[in-house]
Amino acid sequence: MKRRSWIQASFLLCTTVLTSCSRDQGQGDEILIGEYGSLTGTTATFGISTMNGIEMALDEVNQSGGLLGKTVRVIVEDDQGRPEEAQTVVTKLITRNRVVALLGEVASSRTLAAAPVAQQMGIPMVSPSSTNPAVTEVGDFIFRVCFIDPFQGLVMAKFAAQSLQLTDVAVLRDIKNDYSVGLADVFVENFRALGGTIVADEGYSEGDTDFSAQLTSIRARRPQAIFVPGYYTEVGLIARQAKSLGIEVPLLGGDGWDSPSLIEIGGAALEGSYFSNHYSVDDPSPAIQKFVGDYRARYGATPDALAGLGYDAAQILFDAIRRAGSADPTAIRDALAQTKDFAGVTGVTTLDENRNAVKPAVVLQVNDGKLAYVETINP
Amino acid sequence: METFLQQLVNGISQGSAYALIALGYTMVYGVLKLINFAHSDVYMFGAFMGFYIANSSWFQATMGTSVLSGVVVLLGAMVLASMLGILIERFAYRPGRSPSPGTLAFWFGILGAGFGYLLGKTPGAVAAGVLAGIVVGVILEKWGVRPRAQSSSLKILIIAIGVSFFLENSGQQVFGADPKFFPQIIPTKVLNVAGLSLDSQKLTVLGVAIVLMVLLNVIVNYTKTGKAMRAVSFNLDAARLMGINTDRIIAFTFGLGSALAGAGGILVSLMYPKIDPLMGILPGLKAFVAAVLGGIGNITGAMFGGLIIGLAEVMAVGYGQSTYRDAIAFVILVLILLIKPTGIMGKGMVEKV
Repeated sequence: MKRRSWIQASFLLCTTVLTSCSRDQGQGDEILIGEYGSLTGTTATFGISTMNGIEMALDEVNQSGGLLGKTVRVIVEDDQGRPEEAQTVVTKLITRNRVVALLGEVASSRTLAAAPVAQQMGIPMVSPSSTNPAVTEVGDFIFRVCFIDPFQGLVMAKFAAQSLQLTDVAVLRDIKNDYSVGLADVFVENFRALGGTIVADEGYSEGDTDFSAQLTSIRARRPQAIFVPGYYTEVGLIARQAKSLGIEVPLLGGDGWDSPSLIEIGGAALEGSYFSNHYSVDDPSPAIQKFVGDYRARYGATPDALAGLGYDAAQILFDAIRRAGSADPTAIRDALAQTKDFAGVTGVTTLDENRNAVKPAVVLQVNDGKLAYVETINP
Repeated sequence: METFLQQLVNGISQGSAYALIALGYTMVYGVLKLINFAHSDVYMFGAFMGFYIANSSWFQATMGTSVLSGVVVLLGAMVLASMLGILIERFAYRPGRSPSPGTLAFWFGILGAGFGYLLGKTPGAVAAGVLAGIVVGVILEKWGVRPRAQSSSLKILIIAIGVSFFLENSGQQVFGADPKFFPQIIPTKVLNVAGLSLDSQKLTVLGVAIVLMVLLNVIVNYTKTGKAMRAVSFNLDAARLMGINTDRIIAFTFGLGSALAGAGGILVSLMYPKIDPLMGILPGLKAFVAAVLGGIGNITGAMFGGLIIGLAEVMAVGYGQSTYRDAIAFVILVLILLIKPTGIMGKGMVEKV
């Protein structure tokens, strides 16, 4: 009995030592900003690219003296690509780390899970790249620096109907994902309005690996293209399986395709497919070329749009803090709402009265394993 | 009609994936009356081992995309998976059956690795942690703190669930939680037969599943070891009295079952090249349903069960809603348990789980 209690005591000691880390709070000379994203999971490159972009913006602002005479520090939390985890880490960032503003997420499902917490606690949140309209409808503390799905869906519908002259298109959407469903709905509505026909509308769930049943049904309807507004992991697998079922038509998609892993997964099966995106690295504008060069030098990779948007989101937030003249969350919110004509790498950002950015979109094509610029479509 | 036939092909190839996993499930159950929940994680482990073998510099330098390199990866993953299976049996299941020295040292060593990583994050710290853990385990065993060996199938079932969670979560730490992409190590060709697209990889998977099923039947029914396995299944104590080294037979059973899981991991990853540490959970559950459907313990039954589940799933998606994909297998499970609890090919006997 005595021995057992000794063992229990030593266990208790071990666990106390391990769990009693100190509370991570901002010192007087620091401005704390929280960032949450999918650093792991099926959309890991989203979180990592965004984090890299934010890191670059952070270093730039700190090298030029910080904000309001203080150093800016970003605390990064991994939500593993799960909405419930996003809510948990955002609650932690606000209540435990006491951040004054939040950056994140990429996926609309995750932003939508976390946004009510930020809204309720009165902490401004800037999403770099969640395109579902519902995101900023959560409340007046939620902002985004990218275009929204009704515009992106319109871009692809226009591109399919007018630039590619297609009449019969099938849709394969991720029914568990707010982004994918929203984008598919807008595409269907606009493509029909432009005189096209949706010959099939099938669904899958994120995490599925077998899409052959849906693709076989689609194949029977003989579409000229398949609109797959999903995320890159599934898109790559879908492209492969489509090829092995003898489907030769191009796939169309949205910014959820944008990832260095897209080509790795989809390989040659993606050749000739198109998707809409926030910017193109081939754009000759000096701001973009400088960003692309710096990013390559630092991370040894070409920045995708999510890196660009992460960079812009951080810059816009820093700019708002500078203009607010204080690190008070409500003052930052008010300054964010006034953002006008901010020139970033993903275009000129003005936030409208619904806290959404109004920006052009580009269409890219997979060509020889690289992304080639096709055209820009303005709002 | 063409679409229906293509869906049939899709269903059979999906089903052969389930059948491969179900074979190992059902064989271990047949011998030990234990549902080895860790089986689906050994399947995941096999896929990752194949991934690392195929991406190793040695492999890249000497092998290309050929059938031979597919065989090398397959055999390598099977050997490593069976080693993991034997390890799990030795340190998790056997201590639940009979006193086994070294058990505490093993698990404390693993705990030590975790603590070492938390504190130091260097290989040295992890090694020191492992060493400290082993020392603690040995000392505790010296003092007489030992796992209680009171055989009960419920206890071992719960241990199996624990091992399964342990493998899934430590897999996320060791392999990383983000999905990896399994390299294309065997050449693929799409054959067009009367408007049907037949993928050579899918045919390979089906073929290997059938070959393994036949092999397994031969081992269990026509070899001396197989006879010993059946004796252990019939009555463990009586088998021991007859001079059978039951521990060795059980370890062999686990090794064989885990090798099958490893083979399943490789073959399924060739068809669906996305692998992650949690990839085993859902296919594992469905393979379990397939084993029950075919009559758990029956090897041929597992094969048919797998094919039926695969077909049912593809038809549910192709002619209904993709949302029902995962529901259909479990509806079948409920129905079969209500109508014929012993499964299609199971013998009429009452089992406790």
